[in-house]
Amino acid sequence: MSQPQPASAPLHAPLEISFDYTRSLGPTLSEFVTALAGRRILGAKASDGRVHAPPFEYDPVTGAPPAELVEVGPDGVVVSWTWTDRPMAGQPLGRPFGWALIRLDGADSALLHAVDAGSAEHMRTGMRVRPRWAAERSGSGITDIACFEPERPGETAADPTEPAQPAQPTEPVTMITTPVRLSYDHTVSPGESSYLLALAQGRLIGQRCPACGKVYLPPRGACPVDGVPTQDEVELPDTGIVTTFCIVNVPFQGQRVPTPYVAASVLIDGADIAFQHLILGCPPEDVRMGMRVRAAWRPREEWATGAHNIDHFEPTGEPDAPYDSFARHL
Amino acid sequence: MTDVAVIGFAQARSERHSPATTNGVEMLVPIFGEVFAATGLTKDDIGFWCSGSSDYLAGRAFSFVSAVDAIGAFPPVMESHVEMDGAWALYEAWLKIKTGEAEIALAYGFGKSSAGHLRRVLALQLDPYLVAPLWPDSVSIAALQARLGIEAGLWSESDMAEVAARSRVSAITNPSALVAGQTSVGHLLDQPYVADPLRAHDCAPVTDGAAVVILAAGERAWELCPRPAWITGFEHRIDSASLGARDLTTAPSAAAAGAAAGAGRAQVAELHAPFTHQELILRRALGLGADVRVSPSGGALCGNPMFAAGLARIGSAATEIITGRAGVALGHATSGPALQQNLVCVLAAEIGERQ
Repeated sequence: MSQPQPASAPLHAPLEISFDYTRSLGPTLSEFVTALAGRRILGAKASDGRVHAPPFEYDPVTGAPPAELVEVGPDGVVVSWTWTDRPMAGQPLGRPFGWALIRLDGADSALLHAVDAGSAEHMRTGMRVRPRWAAERSGSGITDIACFEPERPGETAADPTEPAQPAQPTEPVTMITTPVRLSYDHTVSPGESSYLLALAQGRLIGQRCPACGKVYLPPRGACPVDGVPTQDEVELPDTGIVTTFCIVNVPFQGQRVPTPYVAASVLIDGADIAFQHLILGCPPEDVRMGMRVRAAWRPREEWATGAHNIDHFEPTGEPDAPYDSFARHL
Repeated sequence: MTDVAVIGFAQARSERHSPATTNGVEMLVPIFGEVFAATGLTKDDIGFWCSGSSDYLAGRAFSFVSAVDAIGAFPPVMESHVEMDGAWALYEAWLKIKTGEAEIALAYGFGKSSAGHLRRVLALQLDPYLVAPLWPDSVSIAALQARLGIEAGLWSESDMAEVAARSRVSAITNPSALVAGQTSVGHLLDQPYVADPLRAHDCAPVTDGAAVVILAAGERAWELCPRPAWITGFEHRIDSASLGARDLTTAPSAAAAGAAAGAGRAQVAELHAPFTHQELILRRALGLGADVRVSPSGGALCGNPMFAAGLARIGSAATEIITGRAGVALGHATSGPALQQNLVCVLAAEIGERQ
């Protein structure tokens, strides 16, 4: 009764996720980031007299907000470092660079940032570095410092070989935007893989739980009732019933069907869980619970290993299913 | 208060690239089956379930909800989740039994670290305001920590390589390990840096896997296991999120958790040290003497399934008790950058008297 596992590895595909987090800064970090916009770096003086740069929002000893922020650096000394041969997306430099913990002049704690030193041979603990300010502000605060760079021999903070751009008074910065972009290789389960490969042939494949006999479409890998793998494949028709539905009247970004339209839970004949799909082919007000529907497939040449092979469901015109036949699926 | 013991443990084989989904079901179903078979329990015996995993690692929202399919959670079960290593899920499960809300509880953790770019994904556990926008990766941050200790004279690259070599030899007898084998310190030190001063052997391998531990209260533990591993101390602590404000050559949170949990009694310690120098930090912080066997499983350096490796350390420590190899064992878990958070679980053969 048990079906063999798919011979090949499950389907997988690249998945990119991204989100721009907007973060309100609060009073301390707002002052710090506003100063960065004016090319100054601030630290926070703690109750024990130590100066923390970057600043703490709450005193590590007393828990109180910092009484005052004081200017530090902007030059400093490397207290630890490592080297990156292959920079990764989002990091401060696109060529090999050093990461360093940098104790800015006048500070007691260290700030983490990149050092553009050319090669690992030019990195050492105790080396003096100075900030290189970003030509254009990025909106994410700390990246207003593009990176740090080694001070040239004989150079001191008070004697820069290039004149620092004078600090421009700026409006207080109260928000930053920190983009997150992540890349994955997304793998579907063996059951989902069979389902998607069958969809590409215009077929619907579910899986049956060996313990309770329920049929899951799409397959779920394990029966959520029994926690056992659902490996027995079941071929299902492309007909079913509307168990419940709603009429969508609200337009939203990316909407592909003009409103009003019907989004419904469709229970395929022989399956035990419904999935969501569109009901077209009749006025929205004619859609009913228990209405018989059939899949409307896209043209065969558009089929791929994806759920969109079925464009929508439409009424078959058969008599409605009695309520009792689907009540337990609501 | 109720005595609580570990009575079951199973872990998936560590893999570099598992074909499983990121919701863990395919890795969890077999080990649930294994631990139930070993204990004679069924899912209906479990009064509380708690999982540890990460949506950032999975690249999908609510991956832990999909994982619940592996439980067979209908009719509904009492269930919870931590976005942390499963060791912290075990802590919650322990509390549930301690407070009398459950008699048997199961904690699990799972992670498919290979789905994304692990060292980059882990940047998202850093301060989201001033650090994460730079995308410092987890290996580079560990390298900054390693150099601080080397330059302070606390350890050397050779000391670190010795940790790697010993771990790999220990892992030879661990069928779940991803990395194992005979090697020499000299050979390891000939390898190039991946993030100066760290070489590949200093870093835990990117690992997919899962682990499960079952806890039972008092008399139930005796019924289910001939030699339960009684939890005599279970503590966790956290250090500042500000990397530059910490002394990274120490782990005060590990020291505090260890002192509170009674780490000094341990004869064997399974340490969750994803980097070689972190084992050296932890041995000092926990006060482990030279006579304490460290990570006989090979530890995280030989297989580090994210969000399961800490739980697996506790499970491995408990196995030392259950099999009679030790009288007192310590399981440790860490989370966050550069040993920021630390959890210590001390287990012993002697505590619960048969009632």
